[in-house]
Amino acid sequence: MIEPDSHRFDTRALHAGQRPDPVTGSRAVPIHQTTSFVFDSVDHASGLFNLEISGHLYSRISNPTVAVLEERIASLEGGVGGVCTSSGQAAFHLALATILGAGDHVVASRNIYGGSHNMLNLTMPRFGITTTFVDPRDPQAFAEAIRPETRLVFAETLGNPGIEVLDIAAVADVAHGAGLPLAVDSTFATPYLIRPIEHGADIVIHSVTKFLGGHGVAIGGIVVDGGRFDWAADGKFPTLSEPYDGYHGITFTEEFGPAALSMRARAEGLRDFGGCMSPANAFYLLQGVETLPVRMARHVENTLRVIDMLDGHDAVSWISHPAHPSHPDHDLAKRLYPKGAGAILSFGVHGGRDAGRKFIEAVDLASHLANVGDAKTLVIHPGSTTHQQMSAEDLAAAGIGEELVRLSVGLEDPDDICDDLSRALRASQR
Amino acid sequence: MKFQVDDLTVNAATGAVSIERDEVADAPLVVLLHGAGMDRTVWSQQTRWLAHHDTRALAVDLPGHGGSEGPAITSIGELAAWTARLAEALGGPVHLVGHSMGAFIALEAAAATPDRIASVVLMGVGAAMPVHPDLQTAADADDPLAAALMAGWMHGPDQRFGLNPTPGMSMTGTSRAVIEACPPGVLGPDLAACAAYGGAVDAATVLTCPVTIILGTLDRMTPRKAAQPLLDAMPSATIVELPDSGHAPMMEEPGAVRRVLGDHLGRLAA
Ligand SMILES: Cc1ncc(COP(=O)(O)O)c(C=O)c1O
Repeated sequence: MIEPDSHRFDTRALHAGQRPDPVTGSRAVPIHQTTSFVFDSVDHASGLFNLEISGHLYSRISNPTVAVLEERIASLEGGVGGVCTSSGQAAFHLALATILGAGDHVVASRNIYGGSHNMLNLTMPRFGITTTFVDPRDPQAFAEAIRPETRLVFAETLGNPGIEVLDIAAVADVAHGAGLPLAVDSTFATPYLIRPIEHGADIVIHSVTKFLGGHGVAIGGIVVDGGRFDWAADGKFPTLSEPYDGYHGITFTEEFGPAALSMRARAEGLRDFGGCMSPANAFYLLQGVETLPVRMARHVENTLRVIDMLDGHDAVSWISHPAHPSHPDHDLAKRLYPKGAGAILSFGVHGGRDAGRKFIEAVDLASHLANVGDAKTLVIHPGSTTHQQMSAEDLAAAGIGEELVRLSVGLEDPDDICDDLSRALRASQR
Repeated sequence: MKFQVDDLTVNAATGAVSIERDEVADAPLVVLLHGAGMDRTVWSQQTRWLAHHDTRALAVDLPGHGGSEGPAITSIGELAAWTARLAEALGGPVHLVGHSMGAFIALEAAAATPDRIASVVLMGVGAAMPVHPDLQTAADADDPLAAALMAGWMHGPDQRFGLNPTPGMSMTGTSRAVIEACPPGVLGPDLAACAAYGGAVDAATVLTCPVTIILGTLDRMTPRKAAQPLLDAMPSATIVELPDSGHAPMMEEPGAVRRVLGDHLGRLAA
């Protein structure tokens, strides 16, 4: 059987969305450091403002450097398009604000990034949008939480903090059965490890800040539009299927079909909320995306080495990563993540909060900070930092034991990472 | 908008403005016809622009496609006859803009029912449209491979790199999603109808209305040279060759296609 004519993944990581600049011959993506773009004529200007024609007019709405990153990640995910934002949080907000309105309801995994949990649990209710949180390992729980006013199902492909592996197809079936889209945050996985749209997800959100950017130098986010969901099927999504006064009565599904969500997110969401990505950040993040395949392969390889070392260490009480046989999703991860289930893991240090603190004080190579997905190995002990005010009971309820250490495995020589961790583990027991 | 042809609902994008406004009552009716397995949205870079530039533009969904009621019509001759009835339902001769299968329909309709068709603009067209057997097999089986194959071939080779004139969008990704959204059992017969149609040169020989043909230099589905017999049969046609376009110039060089449409309609008004 013949194959579709397209470049393969690793090639697209380097090339998708860009051709050498025809005017200057510039091979690298130029940084279009400009706020605005000149119009050819009054007609051209009015056509752009009225969505009659497409093109760049003002960098809050679109910018050529940012557009390369958008098209590149959309291509890697197999989507129809993407809208980049100033941060991963802004991407999540943009997706919510484009689809939902007051009175709408979300069913979300309860094991998600704390910032996303705050947004759904504390902030969105002020705007009339409420959320029911469910166990991501139980597709039936999503089904049972769906109400007549539910408009979105949301989960992380690899969850927080336990690296819960989402059975994307099973949860997509639940969502689609109820006429709802499934949005996933795939930050921990990146399209190198899984392409959720191929498994049935409709929207993919990334904190590009993390592994996609890969070097810890710039904050950014993206909403990737899968383009498969029928927003017009039953009138549940009026922002997309009803006339919008903001552009003289345009109906996004009618004019743009599979691109309806991305077009509305840009034309309304970036226009009104303004959470755009800067061209300079897009450039930094593009440098990371170019090497995503080689970096992620090494991140995963190093992670397996670290798991091996921790497994044999006396000071370690447990390890949570899908590659470890003790992980509840070990088999599911083998099926969905043949290249590995990411480079973030947590483990328990014997001796609880105190030992956790000593461990963190003793690491030397690993950086103690609140981020993941850097080229460098990062480590944090929530019990003594981000979650220090919480009691042992509250921590346990959040799935974060006092003894939990979270690790984002970097690209250093794996022997050096293991030496550092194992020395710090010994120190934690003194 | 929705209206009826043969007692079946037809859906058309009109650029979000009504074609029934008084100020456009005498403006030309422009009907845009999509290709096999696609729908009205392939014209999103032209429909709304036309609608705001002194025309009554309708990018229709062919029967059984997009938002139009089925069943799909399975031969170019019958689709052309349907187009003539559509022109009648709209109340006037129409200018047809056709892409690929839509170009065959426009050609055949203009030849068979000259009183209904004021002019035609064709793109992604040749004297014949052979379909790769693997594509036909995949389409007949409603295998998503068919959409991926078409999305790969319908754009010029540069679209493997991308750089879509619409910021942030993937052209091949969008084309694939449009074709994947085609209802089951429709793409296969569409492609078979294209492959079976042998009347293009005959139609071109007899038609009398003004014709503009847009040729994509990089077209791999109906290569530039496959159009030559058509061009030879229509010596008075206006020919525009777009160097950066493959089989879908309305997406690949949307601005150039808008200019050609404007020039075409402008010549007729003059
Ligand atoms: C899974 C996940 N989603 C979203 C975010 C938010 O991204 P950003 O920090 O770019 O706003 C983070 C950040 O830690 C994250 O880990």
